[in-house]
Amino acid sequence: MLARATHRLETSPLRWLLPLAVLGLVVLGWDLVVRLNDLPPYILPGPLRVLDTLVADRDVLLGSLMVTLRTTLIALAMAAVGGAALALLFASARIVEFSLFPIAIILQVTPLIAIAPLMLIYLSTDTAVLTCAWIVAFFPILSNTTLGLNSVDANLRDLFRLSGAGRLQTLRLLQLPTALPYFLGGLRIAGGLALVGAVVGEIAAGSAGQGSGLAFRIVESAYRLNIPRMFAALLLISLAGILIYAGLSLVSWLLLRRWHESALGRGN
Amino acid sequence: MTTLIDPPAPVPADTPPGAPLLTLAGVGKRFGNQVTALDGLDMEVRRGEFLSLLGPSGCGKSTALRLIAGLAEPTSGRIVFNGERAGKATSTHPSVGFVFQEPTLMPWASVFGNVHLPLKLAGTSRREAEPAIMEALELVGLDGFRDAYPRELSGGMKMRVSIARALVTKPRLLLMDEPFAALDEITRFKLNNDLLQVWRQLNCTIVFVTHSVFESVYLSTRILVFRARPGRVAAELEIDPAQPRDEAFRTSPEYAALCRQTSTALAAAMNAG
Repeated sequence: MLARATHRLETSPLRWLLPLAVLGLVVLGWDLVVRLNDLPPYILPGPLRVLDTLVADRDVLLGSLMVTLRTTLIALAMAAVGGAALALLFASARIVEFSLFPIAIILQVTPLIAIAPLMLIYLSTDTAVLTCAWIVAFFPILSNTTLGLNSVDANLRDLFRLSGAGRLQTLRLLQLPTALPYFLGGLRIAGGLALVGAVVGEIAAGSAGQGSGLAFRIVESAYRLNIPRMFAALLLISLAGILIYAGLSLVSWLLLRRWHESALGRGN
Repeated sequence: MTTLIDPPAPVPADTPPGAPLLTLAGVGKRFGNQVTALDGLDMEVRRGEFLSLLGPSGCGKSTALRLIAGLAEPTSGRIVFNGERAGKATSTHPSVGFVFQEPTLMPWASVFGNVHLPLKLAGTSRREAEPAIMEALELVGLDGFRDAYPRELSGGMKMRVSIARALVTKPRLLLMDEPFAALDEITRFKLNNDLLQVWRQLNCTIVFVTHSVFESVYLSTRILVFRARPGRVAAELEIDPAQPRDEAFRTSPEYAALCRQTSTALAAAMNAG
């Protein structure tokens, strides 16, 4: 009974309408709070004011959005290639895994915001921001892909041996397909993290008065008490994050839809 | 870096039925330093027979199968394949097919792709391999499912795909490691009959590991009963190959008598262990 009700919910338009309605209510509540208390925009701007600012400042803000998106996507691409390549190296030589994995963990557990100012000393602003985004995006891809490459079914491995498969054949036809869903899972986490890394990098760099990404706009607007613009920039960062997540989910679905449980509907 | 398969002398087709296809002499297998899976195993596989290895869990019958396949090396003794000493796993016979306890299919590949695998690894393209693949799928009655994915199939159908994959290289020797253990009884009976038909049609040799007395009596022309700790052959039973294997046989007094005889041998083997 419950399962059937859940299933019906998953396929009905309510699935989309309910969260939108909740979001709408929150925005409405926000608007009411601002109106009823007669709050000035430099304390809390209403949602309409934020939208107005978004339209009025669109040249500045969209330009900044492009800068941040570009940093995020380049860092993500580099993390995907680097993480997957290092995972392959780990899978082919355990000694490399033992030697390098702890270092990757150290890099991961040290808070990025604490490393960012140091990187700004040694690297140019753009490179430092890119490096920040790359560092946080790299680890989930590395660790997920390593897990995937080590998850090969033992019987299938035996079957490949029996059929006289070479190392490259085993890698291409067995290890890579096994690792693909893990890699894609890592990529989805990394997409969000790359954006976080880019924002952290920009904020750290922003106080040095350089850069022109969205996070820099937030810092800049804060100095100028331009609160509506802070909200507008924040909105764009959220939208960018949603866009990246949706894009990566689509890629994942396209690659796995024929066979992997995660991409299959719960029909029948 | 592709390891080349060096086929060690394919079994000549003119080996008379009943002649030994391969012989295990004094074979022992130890894992680490504690577990002795097999010790002093002497057995032979004869051409054209349906040989069942029957025994309790942990008696080393699966290990024996893996040794024959070349997936593991014996710690002592010799395995002689049709007059030649068996090599390492990488140089295994292309004429050996292996069916695991689980279907062991690649979830990302279609039925066609899964059956293609052994030929693909040997360098045969999709198009060249197609007739052989379709023939193997017809043998197991799945030719209508070539484009289905494993997740769309039932447990029995997955096992059929697994068998088709083992048959696609037209092996002379088919090794099966408790292939039907996880299936329900109805599916199992059906697959038993179909397997017998494939065996007759292909005229191949089958070594079948099972822990079911009833299954082994129904299928085999010969049964080796294993005892455990250390694993070795405790008893041998022959069943007339001319005996038709059908539902009538399954309910006949002869079948019941053979099952009783086999059960007694198994019980004796277990008490000896």
